[in-house]
Amino acid sequence: MMNIGSGSLMSVPSCTGSWKSGDVVSDQFPVGLRVLVVDDDPTCLRILEKMLRNCHYEVTKCNRAEIALSLLRENKNGFDIVISDVHMPDMDGFKLLEHIGLEMDLPVIMMSADDSKDVVMKGVTHGAYDYLIKPVRIEALKNIWQHVVRKKKHELKDNNYDQSGSVEEGDRQQKASEDVDYSSSANEGNCKNSKKRKEEEEEADERDDASALKKPRVVWSVELHQQFVQAVHQLGIDKAVPKKILELMNVPGLTRENVASHLQKYRLYLRRLSGVSQHQNGLNNSFMGRPDATFGIISNLNGLDLQAIAAAGQIPAQSLATLQAAALGRSATKSAIPMPLVDQRNLFSFENSKLRYPEGQQLQLNNSNKQTDLLHGIPTNMELKQLANLHNPSESFVGMNMQVNSTTQHNNSLLMRMSQSQPRAQMLNGANNGSQVSRLPLSMQQSLSSEGIPGAVLAQSGIVDNAHGSVYNPVSQASSMVDFSVNQSKELQSYNFSLGSNSSGMSTMTNRGMLQEEVNSDIKGSRGFPSNYDIFNELQPKSQNWSLQNVFSTFDASHHPSIQGTQGVSSQLLLQQGISSTHNSERNRNVPIGKPMYSNGEQSGHSNPMGGPQLNSVGGNMLAVKAERFPDADYQSTIFPVQFGQDDLMSAYLKQQGSVEPVETEFGFDGYTLDNLPV
Amino acid sequence: MERNNHLRRQVANLRQSLFDQGYLDDQFIELEELQDDANPNFVEEIVTLFYKDSARLIHSIDQALEKQPLDFTKLDNYMHQFKGSSSSIGAKKVKIECTQFSEYWRAGNVEGCKRTFQQLKREYVVLRKKLEVYFQSARQAGPTETMSCRPN
Repeated sequence: MMNIGSGSLMSVPSCTGSWKSGDVVSDQFPVGLRVLVVDDDPTCLRILEKMLRNCHYEVTKCNRAEIALSLLRENKNGFDIVISDVHMPDMDGFKLLEHIGLEMDLPVIMMSADDSKDVVMKGVTHGAYDYLIKPVRIEALKNIWQHVVRKKKHELKDNNYDQSGSVEEGDRQQKASEDVDYSSSANEGNCKNSKKRKEEEEEADERDDASALKKPRVVWSVELHQQFVQAVHQLGIDKAVPKKILELMNVPGLTRENVASHLQKYRLYLRRLSGVSQHQNGLNNSFMGRPDATFGIISNLNGLDLQAIAAAGQIPAQSLATLQAAALGRSATKSAIPMPLVDQRNLFSFENSKLRYPEGQQLQLNNSNKQTDLLHGIPTNMELKQLANLHNPSESFVGMNMQVNSTTQHNNSLLMRMSQSQPRAQMLNGANNGSQVSRLPLSMQQSLSSEGIPGAVLAQSGIVDNAHGSVYNPVSQASSMVDFSVNQSKELQSYNFSLGSNSSGMSTMTNRGMLQEEVNSDIKGSRGFPSNYDIFNELQPKSQNWSLQNVFSTFDASHHPSIQGTQGVSSQLLLQQGISSTHNSERNRNVPIGKPMYSNGEQSGHSNPMGGPQLNSVGGNMLAVKAERFPDADYQSTIFPVQFGQDDLMSAYLKQQGSVEPVETEFGFDGYTLDNLPV
Repeated sequence: MERNNHLRRQVANLRQSLFDQGYLDDQFIELEELQDDANPNFVEEIVTLFYKDSARLIHSIDQALEKQPLDFTKLDNYMHQFKGSSSSIGAKKVKIECTQFSEYWRAGNVEGCKRTFQQLKREYVVLRKKLEVYFQSARQAGPTETMSCRPN
C-alpha cells in the first residue's frame, strides 16, 4: 500500500512557492522544501520522514517507485527534490532516477546501505545529485536543499553561457580561424567537411558577435567524448593539452576551445572522482577555479547528468520553445523559461501531438542569426539550447540536447525538421555519415525510450544524418539530440538526438513548419550529421556545463561522507555503463549509440556491444543510466503507465521512418535499428 | 521522586550498557534525537516497526537458505534490505552479522552464510528483548532526559 506522507501529498505548499519558481532563494528557504522520499523499507522511510520534517521540509513519503513516479507526474511542480533508495522491489532506484531526470528534471538523491564503490559510481553516472549511505543521518539531509539551488543556478548559468558561447578559454577571437583551420587540416575527405567548414565559418561569424549571438554548443556526444577520453589517455592526463587532444581526436569542426573547455570539465570530474572522500564542498571550491559558474556547478552537478538526461528526455515533453531557448542558450531564456512542463510533455507525447511552445519562453530562439544558420545547417547546438531552454530553467541539459534546435528560430521548425526528417530513420540506421553523434542518440534513445522519454532520445543519429547537408536539421536533430544527451549523461552535451521525440514530436511540429521543407529535404537525405560538431563546439563550454557535469560529477556528495567529491564521476563511466547496459538488452539494436545509455547500474559491467566505443569510464552518467534501464524490459511496462508512451512515440516514429520496425526491446520501446550508425 | 530518580538512573544505565556492549550504535542516538514532543515515543515506534517488518524478511531468508539450489539474487536482496533496515535503527551487532554474511556470500561459502545467519537471528532476538526492557523502564521512569546523552 502506498505510504503517502501524512497529508502532505501533492499539495503545493504556498511557502515553497516563492522560492521555487524563479528566484533562487527566498527568506524562508529551505523551509518548506518539498521532498518526495521513496523507500520500500518502512522503517527507513519513517525515519527519513521524521528527519526531513525536523529539517522543516515538506515531506511526502512513498514506498513504491511507481507510485512515486505517478505522484511526480501528476504534480509536475509539486516537488523540489526526490530522495530514493537504490534497491527497491518494483523498480530499480537508478531507473527511477533516470525517469525523474528525464521527465521531471528534479534533483534526485540516491541512498543505499550499499556503499560499494561501483554502486556509488553508478549513482553518479546516472546523474544522482548525491548518494547517501544508510543509515542516513539528519545532517546529511539538512543540506539537500543545496542541490535544488545549485541546479537552478546552474540552469540559469547555462542560459548565460549559451550566450557567450564557448569562450571560456578566452580564445574566442581565434576560434573562427582555428575552426576553419582545423576543419581544413582535419579534412578526411569527409563530405561533411565542406559543410562543416561552412558551418564553422558561420559559427565563427557568430562567435565574433559572441556577445550578441548565441554560440552553438558543441554536443559532446558519447562517441565524441569517448574519443576525447581516448585522446587524453593516450597523451596522458598530465600532458593532455587541448591542441594535442584536438589533433588526436581528429574531429572536423571541433575547435580547440571546445576541447579545452571540455577538458577542464573532465579534469574537474576526475578530481572529483579521486576526492570522493573529501567534503564535497571543499572539493568543489577548490575545483572551481573557473570563473564560470558552470564549472563550479559541474562539480556540484551531480544531478546534472540526471538533469541532462531528464532534459533530454524531457525535451520532447517540454515545449520546444524551451528547448530552443535552451539550445540557443539565450541567457534570458534560461531563467525565464517557465516552460510549462506539461505542455512540453504533451509535445512529444503522442497524445498530444501538438507542439507546444511556451509562449512565455523566450525560446523563440530568436536568434535570427541562427535561423539562417539553421537553414544552412547551422549547428544544431543552438537549437538544442533553445530547446533546452524551453525545457526548463533547470534544464540545462535540455539545452544541450537541444542543440540541434538551437539554431532554429523556431523550435518548431527544428522540431519539425526532426520529426519530419526521415533522417531519423536514417539516423537510426546509422546513416550518419560518420557522425559520431548519430550513434549516440540511438543508444540514448533507446535508453530513453524505455524510460518513456518520448522524443528525447531519438534521433540523435538521425539528426546527424540530416545534418549532412549544410542544413543542419537542427530540429530533427535537436530532438534526437536532446534525448540523446539526456540519456547520455550530461557529459555528452546534449547530443541527444531524440529520435523518438523527433518522430513523434516532429509530426506535430511540422505544423509549425519553419524549416519544414528544409527539414524534410534535408532529412530525407541521408546526410550525416556534420553539424554535430558544431553543436559540440557550441554546446561545449557553456551551457553545457551540465552536460559535462553530468559526466563528471554525478552527484553532490557534499554531505555524504562516502561519496563526497564524487561529483565528478566521469561521465565516461556512466557512459560506459550506460552503454554496456544498453547493450545487453539491446543487442538487437544496432545502436552504436548504445554506449551512453543509461545503465541502471546493474549493468554497469557490461561492455557495450553496440559497438560504439564505449565511453571510457569517465563518465557517461547519463548515458549509462539509460542504458541500463533499457535492458530491463519490464521497465517499460511499469514506467510509464500513462505517459505518452515512448513506445508509442518510438513506434510512431519508426513507422514514420519506415525503416524501422518497432522492435520489442528491453528498452521498452519499439526499437529502431541503427544499422549503420557510425561508431 | 526519589524512586523516580532511581528509575531514571536505572534506565540511563540500561541504555548505556546497550551501547557499551555493542548492541547499539550512534544511529540509535540519531533516532533519539528525532524524538520530540510531537513524537514522544518515536524511538520505540521505530523499533517496533523494524521488528515487525523484518520478521518477514528473516523468514524469507530462512526459507531461501533452505532452498536447493540457492536463489542468489533473492538472498542478496533480502540481506541487503535487512542490513539497511537494521542499520537504520542502530542495531550494531545485527549489522555486524549482516556484514559477515555478505562476506561469506561473496566468498561463496554457503555454510558460512547459514551459520552466520543463525548467529544473526540470535542477536536479533536478544536485541529485541533488551530493547523491550529498556523501553518499558523508560516508560515507567517518565519522560526522558536520559535520551540525549551520547555514549562515549
